[in-house]
Amino acid sequence: MILRLALGSLIARATTVGMTILAIALSVALFLGVEKVRTGAKASFADTISGTDLIVGARSGSVQLLLYSVFRIGNATNNLTWSSYKDVASRPEIAWIVPISLGDSHKQFRVMGTTPDFFNRYKYRSGQSIEFADGKNMSDLFDTVIGADVAATLNYSVGDPIVVAHGLASFTEHKDQPFKISGILNKTGTPVDRTVIVGLRAIEAIHVDWQEGAQVQGQTTPVDVIRKMKLQPKAVTAALVGIENRLQVFGLQRAINKYNKEPLLAILPGVALQELWQIVGIAEVALIGVSAMVIITALIGMMAMIFSSLNERRREMAIFRAMGARPRIILGMLILEAAVIASIGAIFGLALMYLGLYIAQPIIDAKFGLWLPSKAPTLNEFLVLAAVIIASIIASLLPALRAYRLSLADGMLVRI
Amino acid sequence: MVISDNPILNIKDIHYEWPSRIPFTLNVPDFSVHPAESVLLLCESGSGKSTLLSLICGTIMPSKGVVQVAGNDLSKLSASLLDQFRVEKIGIIFQQFNLLPFGSVLDNILLPLSFAPERRARVVQPKETARKLCTDLGLPDNLLNMRASTLSVGQQQRVAVARAMIGEPALLVADEPTSALDESTQIAFLDLLFTQSQNNNTSLLMVSHDERLSKYFDRVVRMTEIASFEKTTL
Repeated sequence: MILRLALGSLIARATTVGMTILAIALSVALFLGVEKVRTGAKASFADTISGTDLIVGARSGSVQLLLYSVFRIGNATNNLTWSSYKDVASRPEIAWIVPISLGDSHKQFRVMGTTPDFFNRYKYRSGQSIEFADGKNMSDLFDTVIGADVAATLNYSVGDPIVVAHGLASFTEHKDQPFKISGILNKTGTPVDRTVIVGLRAIEAIHVDWQEGAQVQGQTTPVDVIRKMKLQPKAVTAALVGIENRLQVFGLQRAINKYNKEPLLAILPGVALQELWQIVGIAEVALIGVSAMVIITALIGMMAMIFSSLNERRREMAIFRAMGARPRIILGMLILEAAVIASIGAIFGLALMYLGLYIAQPIIDAKFGLWLPSKAPTLNEFLVLAAVIIASIIASLLPALRAYRLSLADGMLVRI
Repeated sequence: MVISDNPILNIKDIHYEWPSRIPFTLNVPDFSVHPAESVLLLCESGSGKSTLLSLICGTIMPSKGVVQVAGNDLSKLSASLLDQFRVEKIGIIFQQFNLLPFGSVLDNILLPLSFAPERRARVVQPKETARKLCTDLGLPDNLLNMRASTLSVGQQQRVAVARAMIGEPALLVADEPTSALDESTQIAFLDLLFTQSQNNNTSLLMVSHDERLSKYFDRVVRMTEIASFEKTTL
């Protein structure tokens, strides 16, 4: 009955209590939401490339190789010669190998030369394949497939011609050999979205009249002649490798790293992604900090609410005292009240977060390529909720002790 | 008037000093209430009435002297025992705002029982007893489950009487219970109060400033006769 009366008292103050619950619910939803975005971003980041067992490139650093081969950030210091590539490709452990050739650009986007197999082998978000939003894979030498961001930013559609520029942010363009867009990819949330993909042979084709990074003066080979050429690449930037048996991954990695004709580097994409995340991850600490402060603010709000309710409730407490309730019971009632408010707030917050997730999930996926999985609450999230409730109990101790002292001093004869 | 050798309330030579910046003291040499006796304590506001009631209920302790309720020296009881003892022996009716407004009438009436095992033991069927008390006090049955805040002031005071009477405490302390009522209701209310306390053999100590009520009581005591109250100005 005491519990019923304590709840009755809460319900009688429904407006202020409701606002407090709302504040706590919103802050909890925010905290859990930020947490979801953070882990989602981390997972999305880790999911940038999957299904690839090794990335092979010229020897540099593992993070650097990852940055230019997967994220298209920075440049390769050196290339992988075609003969080395062939040697690696012919190793028995290898199930498939996809070469990539970087270096040219179109407007602000990187151009990547690769084989049509890339679209089958490159996987993201634990095994998801790249899909075509429109058009189809490259079939002609001068066909190109563009990522979703490229198409959206430059307003391209299938069939449009594009001209590739030599190098990055360059004024020299491969004007003689325009490409035709054969397909546009779905948004993936990976750097593929910002990539113009052409055939590996096309990279050779547009460089037929080039030597040492400059166009040979006055030399223009007609397109139909180029089409008849063999167009064997002399080097590629890196190669994505899949192996037959995952147990062989370390053996193959060691063998490639020890390759003696040329300094090569093979990296495990997952490990390199982890290393990279450690650098990027500082921001996540800041995010957690900010959302924790929001929760603290809400709890202080609750404390203020209980404090301000004390005066109007002195008579209520005096009645309880006159009916034999010990001051300890008054103390307990106020702490219970805080715990009830925080619990309801926490549960509402959780529900609110899932509702928000339900609504925002497809939007965030389409806009930012960030996939936020709506899984059942994790242990971590329950720990957060428990922490909020415990923190609220601690926060309520101050007003509760004040009520305790007031009820001791007032006894049961209160004049207001 | 029945005078027994064992008074329900017995106050001897108490001295109380209020711990505030403007100190004042209250001295009560001798005051007692006997079983089944009804006493009207007439006092003006600011005469130390609240302090005396707090002393009787044991929410404050005198620095000297003895307060005995039903034969027990309050100063000998621990704080938590005292809280329980108070509700076991004393039913209290406040001047106004007596009830927990958010609770039902039934919850309000049964509230003291949850802290007083002896009183609880005397009530075999709490709900039935509460219903009977309400009927005796002229409250309709359907009121029991209504929220206390929806009742009129007169109804609230009668519910307060039911709450004070349930489980038959030895002493009923009423602090100006009639001041919120109009004159005709006052007399009806007092009638109910007397009937109930006589039925239960309960002593009644009522505090009021209204001398017109004097004729209804066994004994009338003026605060000024039993207590000396001093404000010490610095």
